[in-house]
Amino acid sequence: MGEKNKMYNMALEVSNLSKKFDGFSLSNISFKIEKGSIMGFIGENGAGKTTTMKLILNAFERDGGEIKVFGLDNIQNEREIKQKIGYAADEDCLCIGSTLGAHAKAYAKIFKNWDEKLFKKYVELWNLPLKKKLTDFSKGMKMKAMLALAFARRPELLLLDEPAAGLDPVARIELLDILRDFVADGERSVLISSHITSDLDKAADYITLIIDGEIAESEPLDILEEKYALISGSIDDLRGKEYELVGVRKGEMTFDALVLREKLKLFPGVAVHTPNLENILTFSIWGRRERRRKA
Amino acid sequence: MKINISYDSDKPMYEQIKDSIIKSILNGELKSNEALPSVRQLAKDLNVSMITTKRAYFELELAGFVYTVSGKGTFVRLESLDKARESKKMQMLDALSQTFSEMKSAGIKKYEIEQKLNETYGGEEQNV
Repeated sequence: MGEKNKMYNMALEVSNLSKKFDGFSLSNISFKIEKGSIMGFIGENGAGKTTTMKLILNAFERDGGEIKVFGLDNIQNEREIKQKIGYAADEDCLCIGSTLGAHAKAYAKIFKNWDEKLFKKYVELWNLPLKKKLTDFSKGMKMKAMLALAFARRPELLLLDEPAAGLDPVARIELLDILRDFVADGERSVLISSHITSDLDKAADYITLIIDGEIAESEPLDILEEKYALISGSIDDLRGKEYELVGVRKGEMTFDALVLREKLKLFPGVAVHTPNLENILTFSIWGRRERRRKA
Repeated sequence: MKINISYDSDKPMYEQIKDSIIKSILNGELKSNEALPSVRQLAKDLNVSMITTKRAYFELELAGFVYTVSGKGTFVRLESLDKARESKKMQMLDALSQTFSEMKSAGIKKYEIEQKLNETYGGEEQNV
């Protein structure tokens, strides 16, 4: 019973997912998204974020593992799940020769949850022309058009791949508000990848960090902030203890480093700060590279 | 209610929010049984994640400053002014201990501190 309830509370469960390409592999990744939450998906270019999203959409075949959307296998129940998942990505998923108005008409027919009022609201907010050909839209306008369509579908799970790319700062901040509103009823969830980690600092409930096709972290944002500390001091403070750090950036005299909070007592006298996502991301990656170099 | 948060603090965001709300209770801006903004509204106003505001309210409830009525919201607890005063007192005493250690290492003698103390509290013993 308890287990069944738990299943019901999950929007997405990715377990041991793997996919091998030439020169890249996604290795047994697992993470879960609770209903009503926003998960930020962060990592370097080529770390596997887009691949993961495309596997969720079953855009190509996985090699192993399992993906469940609202408890249903994403391949066996593809048709049902496609109604529930929305997707907007950096690369165009629009018919470029057509207009936004024509897209909205088609979407209204295909998707049963289509919310015309909501669509109009975004069209007005972002001043989107309905009758202009999408070929004549700027990059940012195309992204806004895609987002308006994706949100107005009212999907239960929304996958956003780098939606902030090409958006002006005003629209980026507005997007954060829209995201918060979107999940507010506790039924809808978002997986959003972004290189603008400061946006995710402000809107994400959970963070999944992917490095070289492996999950390095998947935790609530507040737990991550508590798990790590950002320290800075003089190089002498590090002597013989560098291996205790998650990652470090050294200058000639001083250093900045990310360290597990439980190890802070090993570094007396250093300045301590709460890390943001950018710190966690960059130092984790630098640390991993350094260890690989030494191995 | 005023909430000051800084992205540059060594305190986690939820703790900054929690401390700000305790401060508002202490200075009388927030009264007993007054409703706090919803988790969602506060997240929007402060431009932070909902999990951050949720955590702040959770910690406030755990510490006895607020109570939650499901479906209605979060409210300031009646006894929370006493609690806020108590917590402020503890904070000040902690800060004092810190200052004392610094004074000790700076070579300030105990009688010198006592002299200063007497200027404020008077000479007589106060046991209450």
